[in-house]
Amino acid sequence: MTDFLILGSIAMAATPLVFAALGELVTERAGVLNLGVEGMMLMGAVCGFIAVASGAHWIVGAAAGALAGACLASLFAALVLGFAANQVASGLALTIFGTGLSALIGSNYVGTPVDKIPAVLWGLDPMVFAALAMSAAIALWLYRTRQGLILRAVGENAEAAHAHGHTVLKVRLLAIMFGGAMSGLGGAYLSLAYTPLWAEGMTAGRGWIALALVVFGAWRPGRVLIGAYLFGSVGVLQLHAQSSGLLAIPSEILSMLPYIATIAVLALLTTRQQQSRAPAALGQAFHRLR
Amino acid sequence: MLRIEPRPTPSRRMTLAAPLLALALTVATGATLFSALGHDPGAALYHFFVGPISDRYGLAEMGVKAAPLILIALGLSLGFRAGIWNIGAEGQLIFGAICGGGVALALYPYDGAWVLPLMLVAGVAGGMVWAALPALLRTWRNTSEILTSLMMVYIAALVLRLLMNDLLRDPDGFSFPESRLLTNGALLPIILSETRLHLGAAFAIAAALLVWILTRHTLIGFQIKVAGLAPNAARYAGFDHNRLIWLTFMISGGLAGLAGVGEVAGPIGQLVPVVSPGYGFTAIIVAFLGRLHPVGIVLAALVIALSYLGGENAQINAGLPLAVTGVFQGLLLFFLLACDVLIQYRIRWRRAP
Amino acid sequence: MTELLALHRTTKRYGAVVANADISLSLKAGEVHALLGENGAGKSTVVKTICGLVEPDSGFLSWRGERVILTGPADARAKGIAVVFQHFSLFDALTVAENIALGLDNGRADSALADRIRDLAQRYGLAIDPSAVVGNLSVGEMQRVEIIRALMQDPQLLVLDEPTSVLTPAEVEALIRTLRLLADEGRGILYISHKLGEIRQLCDRVTVLRSGKVVGETDPKASTPDQLAEMMIGQRLTAPSGKPPVNSDARILLEVEHLNAPAGPLGLSGLHDLTFTVLAGEIFGIAGVAGNGQKALLAALSGEFPVSSDSMIRLNGVAIGRMPPQARRSRGLAYVPPDRLGTGAVPDLDLSENALLSAYRRLAMAARGLLHPGKASHFAQQIIRQFDVRSAGLSARAGSLSGGNLQKFIVGREMLQAPSLLLAAHPTWGVDAGAAAAIHQALLDLAASGAGILLISEDLDELLALADRIAVICDGRLSKPMAVADADATTMGLLMAGEAVDAAH
Repeated sequence: MTDFLILGSIAMAATPLVFAALGELVTERAGVLNLGVEGMMLMGAVCGFIAVASGAHWIVGAAAGALAGACLASLFAALVLGFAANQVASGLALTIFGTGLSALIGSNYVGTPVDKIPAVLWGLDPMVFAALAMSAAIALWLYRTRQGLILRAVGENAEAAHAHGHTVLKVRLLAIMFGGAMSGLGGAYLSLAYTPLWAEGMTAGRGWIALALVVFGAWRPGRVLIGAYLFGSVGVLQLHAQSSGLLAIPSEILSMLPYIATIAVLALLTTRQQQSRAPAALGQAFHRLR
Repeated sequence: MLRIEPRPTPSRRMTLAAPLLALALTVATGATLFSALGHDPGAALYHFFVGPISDRYGLAEMGVKAAPLILIALGLSLGFRAGIWNIGAEGQLIFGAICGGGVALALYPYDGAWVLPLMLVAGVAGGMVWAALPALLRTWRNTSEILTSLMMVYIAALVLRLLMNDLLRDPDGFSFPESRLLTNGALLPIILSETRLHLGAAFAIAAALLVWILTRHTLIGFQIKVAGLAPNAARYAGFDHNRLIWLTFMISGGLAGLAGVGEVAGPIGQLVPVVSPGYGFTAIIVAFLGRLHPVGIVLAALVIALSYLGGENAQINAGLPLAVTGVFQGLLLFFLLACDVLIQYRIRWRRAP
Repeated sequence: MTELLALHRTTKRYGAVVANADISLSLKAGEVHALLGENGAGKSTVVKTICGLVEPDSGFLSWRGERVILTGPADARAKGIAVVFQHFSLFDALTVAENIALGLDNGRADSALADRIRDLAQRYGLAIDPSAVVGNLSVGEMQRVEIIRALMQDPQLLVLDEPTSVLTPAEVEALIRTLRLLADEGRGILYISHKLGEIRQLCDRVTVLRSGKVVGETDPKASTPDQLAEMMIGQRLTAPSGKPPVNSDARILLEVEHLNAPAGPLGLSGLHDLTFTVLAGEIFGIAGVAGNGQKALLAALSGEFPVSSDSMIRLNGVAIGRMPPQARRSRGLAYVPPDRLGTGAVPDLDLSENALLSAYRRLAMAARGLLHPGKASHFAQQIIRQFDVRSAGLSARAGSLSGGNLQKFIVGREMLQAPSLLLAAHPTWGVDAGAAAAIHQALLDLAASGAGILLISEDLDELLALADRIAVICDGRLSKPMAVADADATTMGLLMAGEAVDAAH
């Protein structure tokens, strides 16, 4: 396998992480911690897959994945914004629910083959480039537009943003929905391009790795992108070591690499200084006083 | 228009009513879901909630499934009270199962009286070891314990798979990835004849009692409560937060490990690649549904255990997919979190101005 | 003068609490109008009503003589009303320009905005760098950002909520000059404060608020401070009876020597070479503008963040610098923290559990890890009785008590542990006058009984009334302590602003 193909497979392994992590980044920048990424990715994966398996174009499949993620996210939004429920518990509920529901609606599609998203350039499919474009667009939007400024303000100090007449709940609702759609896209990419097939729990913790990437990337889109590609290369390294059989290492140990890498990265690279970059209002409920 | 108003004091009545309301809403949603899937909702609900426990054996099975849930949820509830989020109990359960089962397999075919106690100790220790890394990283590097404890779940599952393919595989097992069957002396005694209800259920009840004493009557319990309700007050009072992190992780890890070895030495009777149907995650729901209170946890675990049995029963008798169980459990937690709003707030009907 | 905004008999209730009852207020162009009242008198609710954050339950507002309903801050802003809040509504991680853009309709943090900021800053003497990150600014600079943000909209009515509580005397002077300038341009100003001196110096009218009601409106320059104070408080307060002077040979209880601490966790600022002593029977006051190291000093003394060397802090001759809080408490330290709800008391726990919070070790309420609930409730009962805490009883949640009563409970809990040294931070902040007087008397009595008190406060009047000696903390450094008789307002003001006055002595 040439180096070029390895680079391509890194990009493909990184793309679902890029989507999910960027979505979560926007959500967290608005001050909301959504631990339901894994569940939303699974729902995106299964709904995108069902759409394509039923004959739809892959673009429709990707849109179905995004929509599924956003729908699930709206449940989370109802809990944490409407009912002021604990964000950690609500996010866990979302993951548990999404895991179960995706398994339920996908049970007839296990093993069904679909056509992979076709490549357009350098053997890569358009979603890879879309993910790169999204990270640039999100960075520009966050730092160069008034809406981006308002989103950051809401995540920094919701009370103050409210006092200035910004509608905290609306901003957060949109951020949560966007995060859900992006997670759904990431999931759909897994089932439509990366594998491409549907299996229960196929995200295998990528949603959680995406959450870790946001911390690792210090809530900056550029760094999150780099982090996702680093993780993509860990995954590809693992696959190549496995398939080449050069190393006499059991495949299970190689499969542990991404998880061990996540822990190591979180432990070694997240200094207190970096953590202090977290949006100040992250995880805090906001009650309208009126 | 509906208006949500804060209550002057949290409603005690609603604290108890919210789980029941959530349960009712879940059942109602479930019925809708069943009809949407093309099943007769009445029959499906019967197969789900009544069928499994219509005899003595079924009731005992509920206990078999509830025991690990109770053990794990009790441990988790301590951390959750203090705002410490160990969500990797599944991994601690798996590693406890590995250690406990490993002891039995290492001693095989020795079958002495001290094998079982040693297994239990190893299981608890295994769970603690697996919980130690997230606790260490949280106290030392301030790393999110949510993410690290969760990553440890995947690693534990892979460790178990590795051992099943290799070190602990049954040498006479035609290369199936399973261990030997444990000897009788390494199995937990059955406490209800002609059922699978084993001593683990008694451990669960004992643990509930101990946790109740801990939360109600000890200084540690008070510290946990204060740390969760008002972290600044805990610092003011001089409660050592790192000590609480270690303590809650060790207790919850140990109990999850105990639950793990209880599965291996109980209903499973050997080490297999999958030792738990997600008890470690489901216990999170049990903990919340049980109001983080020991008595509530025991009751909630029985309800959730029923959802496991119901899922299996509905699959056999009504042809429903097994994944319905997960949907039910997720829905229940959703509704519970939504109903909890009634504790702090009341909903009033008011005409729009 | 034309009337800008008026409140017509507005009432606002929160549950059973009536925050504002029948408030009528008329604000005119070119006039500086003061709203005077104690903490909790309902001033903040008036501000929220004026900026559209709170909708009155009854009564209405008028703008330039026409009845209006303000739907929110944006609406108020569109009418020409700008508010500078008491607690800054700033975003620490954002720049000055970004902060200001957020307060404007469709504002963008671009170079045109930066130019406008510099213009305004120059015109009104409010020096500020538009590209600075707000989190790195001093409190005084943050307030400038707030004022510039308000002025950006060229408001006709400017509302300032307790603007001087965080400023040094010199900064207050500068602010007053700026405000007069603005009023002379024909703008209306509502100046909310409980500081009589400033109101008499600056304002043309004053409306006095007490327990949510208007109790009078008058010309502040024509009234004496005593008259205004009496209107505000509603009764003549008996001055606290004094305590005997400290013996010159009194024992040293607390000895702080070359106390250094790096700026660090939880946003604590650094401490630089603090040295002072507190004697038996003495009240030692530390004055200073908020945010100058008070929190770090409290954390170091209480043990919440132990310092690097044991010998930096000695209590009764024992080096305690590295001891954890409970070990210090069992050696006789007690501590009234600056924040009562959430630090000094757990809002969701009842009074007897809150009695346990700091006292369990010194009063042996737990044996071998098991709690002794009887002892805790007995102790709570004792606090309630001796400190006249009005509550629904032992099982009342701390959060259900009024500010004054909860503060009395916390002060009582600390004092009844018979400490040899009491650390008291802002012990009367935001409590009603009656409770404040009771707390002051209790502090004097405790000192008279031979204990030492370290009193940290932003309220100079409180310090001057109670302390034997006083020092000023500024930028993490402590001035040389002086006898309270030598502490005049000018010297204190210079010290609080960080001007070295050693040369003057």
